[in-house]
Amino acid sequence: MARSATTKRKVINTTAAWIVGLLIFFPILWTILTSFKTEAQAIADPPIFLNFDWTLENYGVVMERSNYMRFLWNSIIIAGGSTILGIIIAVPAAWSMAFVPSKRTKDILLWMLSTKMLPAVGVLYPIYLLFIKLGLLDTRLGLTIVLMLINLPIIVWMLYTYFKEIPGEILEAARMDGASLREEVFYILTPMAIPGIASTLLLNVILAWNEAFWTLNLTAAKAAPLTAFIASYSSPEGLFYAKLSAASTMAIAPILILGWFSQKQLVSGLTFGAVK
Amino acid sequence: MATQHSRSAARLMMAPAVVLLLGWMLVPLTMTLFFSFKKYLPLRGDSLANGLDWVGFENYVRFVTSSSFWPSIYATLVIVGGVLAITVTLGVLLAILLNQPMWGQGIVRILVIAPFFVMPTVSALVWKNMFMDPVNGLLAHLWKAFGAAPVEWLSQASLPSLILIVSWQWLPFATLILLTAIQSLDSEQLEASEMDGAQPLSRFFYIILPHLGRAITIVILIQTIFLLAIFAEIFVTTGGAFGTKTLSYLIFQRVLESQNVGLGSAGGVYAIILANIVAIFLMRIVGKNLDA
Amino acid sequence: MRLKAHALFMGACAVAALTTAATAETITIATVNNGDMIRMQGYTDDFTAKTGHEVEWVTLEENVLRQRVTTDISTKGGAFDIMTIGMYETPIWGANGWLIPLDDLSAEYDVDDILPAMRNGLSHDGTLYAAPFYGESSMIMYRTDLMEKAGLEMPEAPTWEFIREAAIAMTDRANEINGICLRGKAGWGEGGAFITVTGNSFGARWFDEDWKAQFDQPQWAEALNFYVDLMTEAGPPGYATNGFNENLSLFQQGKCGMWIDATVAASFVTNPNDSTVADKVGFALAPNKDGVDKRANWLWAWALAIPAGTQKADAAKQFIEWATSKEYIELVAEKEGWANVPPGARTSLYDNPEYQKVPFAKMTLDSINAADPTNPTVDPVPYVGIQFVAIPEFAGIATEVSQEFSAVYAGQQSVEEALEKAQALTTDAMEAAGY
Repeated sequence: MARSATTKRKVINTTAAWIVGLLIFFPILWTILTSFKTEAQAIADPPIFLNFDWTLENYGVVMERSNYMRFLWNSIIIAGGSTILGIIIAVPAAWSMAFVPSKRTKDILLWMLSTKMLPAVGVLYPIYLLFIKLGLLDTRLGLTIVLMLINLPIIVWMLYTYFKEIPGEILEAARMDGASLREEVFYILTPMAIPGIASTLLLNVILAWNEAFWTLNLTAAKAAPLTAFIASYSSPEGLFYAKLSAASTMAIAPILILGWFSQKQLVSGLTFGAVK
Repeated sequence: MATQHSRSAARLMMAPAVVLLLGWMLVPLTMTLFFSFKKYLPLRGDSLANGLDWVGFENYVRFVTSSSFWPSIYATLVIVGGVLAITVTLGVLLAILLNQPMWGQGIVRILVIAPFFVMPTVSALVWKNMFMDPVNGLLAHLWKAFGAAPVEWLSQASLPSLILIVSWQWLPFATLILLTAIQSLDSEQLEASEMDGAQPLSRFFYIILPHLGRAITIVILIQTIFLLAIFAEIFVTTGGAFGTKTLSYLIFQRVLESQNVGLGSAGGVYAIILANIVAIFLMRIVGKNLDA
Repeated sequence: MRLKAHALFMGACAVAALTTAATAETITIATVNNGDMIRMQGYTDDFTAKTGHEVEWVTLEENVLRQRVTTDISTKGGAFDIMTIGMYETPIWGANGWLIPLDDLSAEYDVDDILPAMRNGLSHDGTLYAAPFYGESSMIMYRTDLMEKAGLEMPEAPTWEFIREAAIAMTDRANEINGICLRGKAGWGEGGAFITVTGNSFGARWFDEDWKAQFDQPQWAEALNFYVDLMTEAGPPGYATNGFNENLSLFQQGKCGMWIDATVAASFVTNPNDSTVADKVGFALAPNKDGVDKRANWLWAWALAIPAGTQKADAAKQFIEWATSKEYIELVAEKEGWANVPPGARTSLYDNPEYQKVPFAKMTLDSINAADPTNPTVDPVPYVGIQFVAIPEFAGIATEVSQEFSAVYAGQQSVEEALEKAQALTTDAMEAAGY
């Protein structure tokens, strides 16, 4: 009796969740499907869902038109580099805030977050001039640094909230055993913090991958990532839904795949201290 | 526990992050402040090398007296508020749903978080062209299938359309954080209340929602930071027309479209002030919650 | 072993670099993602084979491109060796000394062959600063079959009154056929350009001789009201967000009876690969209001310019000479047919008997010749430019004005309100600029 009631409930839950899930996912699914259609099929009324002649033509056109691999490589370097650099700088900071808190810790943390509220476009000219002076324009190094700075507050905060949940007693025990500060950080803390660092890493790769203001405005040919790639497809001439879909799919596929494979890690650490 | 030694070590460890962010904030901020008191029209040949004319508070006055200023504040607040309301409400409901036992939970979760991985530019392009286009968009086809006249989304319902697009992008984030929070809810506590005969609705209001309070504040704080700066979505869909010009978009228009760096910089200073008001407001709430 | 191979490879690279460094360079070109430019990128190998120089392309959507190159040139960033710019930017940037003058092009390039209208529009004080890759005016493209069905005949040079009559007659909303498709999208280069030439053909102007905004004048109200009425009666749904591309796509799908837009669109709507109505398109001069001696003809060119300060000016100049040459036109004609060559730049193209067989060739040339940038409307004006005003402030002002107009098209405010706001914000911006 009770069992059939829970089964019934499970069926309802499953149905509801799948409907909602598919609804949310639908725009992405539709984009991927459209990328395999011809332009005429892409705008057909009534819309064609699956029953069309699958073609790779759009991908061929996009590949021929732009050096996709270079954009992709730049995206990987910039997103990956800025995240790793950010983590290296943020781990010690978050550690000291979590374990040696002072009166000002919270203020510093909140101040860091507030730097993210500066409107980017307002400082485009200053930063552009600075980049020219430093020779960083259109370099992967320059973009890596900027994206690291943009995301640093989020990294520090995420790590801080994660570290804070590590019980202090463990550290004290280690200290009793004569562990040095360095040993403490590297042998005790870091292994415990791996899940938190992993999800911080993932979140920041996503944020850096999708950043579309600086990556577009500080690059030309050499360092341009996928956000610039997509900017050349946004309104070409004539019918373009299928080609736009192909380009869009190519721009989001790598990060989507990464996200799907690592969603467990991402989810487990993505709490920002929301869980007590 | 904190010795003098560990304190100074801690300060040292914090230094790189603090110094870098201080630089990242101060250099542009100083330059923005500097430009905001200058006449700086690059297309008229003004440049730093030639020296810029001091104009006092003229840029500041001009920026707020422009007919676009108050509508831009309104648009900013409506978009940020609308997206927050939608993502938090739906996020809570979705988190509760996803926390129930079901078949294929992992796959559903993947489907739900997918929009978070999509670049803002791409999602704006896809929504604008393939869904909201009044002739060839999927929504137009859907409306016509039911015999209704297609909605001209981006012109006649511009703000709701933008809120829809942005909410779609941020719903996964809210859901994920709220889901982790719900999962930490003591299931014994819930079961006990069920035994006591508490109705689902009262369970929701008296047990689940209070438990989520902290997670909700965090969602609001983080999303607000990102939402105040949304740009690509507006640039791609409406280009600031139909009342969708937010404060940051107005600054973009002044700096890049009108090429008036001084005026735009004054706008930037206003935006910083607005952001700080919001920040203080938020941090009061979060700060309280952070220690709780 | 692996290390050795690596060293060997590096050595080879160094030798290769040494032997070619003196002549071969890599130039970076910023360009817009229009069909003709995409095609040009496909022929880059031809340029490299001829000169040894390599090319890096930065292809961006029009609005992104504009903000990108403007930031770079006004800060002397030096990110690009060649920029694709238009007739609006060229004289302003040339006057600022930001562009390298193109006054020493080779004899075989034949600079005198460039259409006079294009050459004037891309010069400042008689010096050419950008070479036209293609040029355009605006004209009417219409469906011959629908016109016949409506029992009407398109004159060579129609009036707005006729356009309205024909548009209403052709409209068949049940079958999704709109009598007329016109730009309504906000942005100075989109709906702003179209409403400005429409204004011109009603005798309206942006500024009087003292740089006073003229939106409070009756001609503007008349033009805007006419446009709104026409589009309400015979335009497609959502025209307030339609720009060039949206309308092109509608026309190619057979959903427009008439379309008044850039002459370059003619080759796209008559291309059977993309257009379902390729064999049913006729052309006519852009209309005017009966009794007004100006037509809604604009003049535009996408041109290649070299920013001052580039280290690779010689290679850049070689590229410009290649891309805007007669030989390039012949190359494209040979590979893809005469209808697909970049139009509107050279006199010799229109003298070519092969090209004269292209159905839209004559109307394109006539339209370009009908446009006069120094004299765009009935009353005298202090500015140069037809669908734009060649002053630095215009792009910002016109984008805001066109946003107000688009709000009218979307039914969010009245014509009077929009004109009032346009007048106020234009006056304010001109004051800020010190006029």
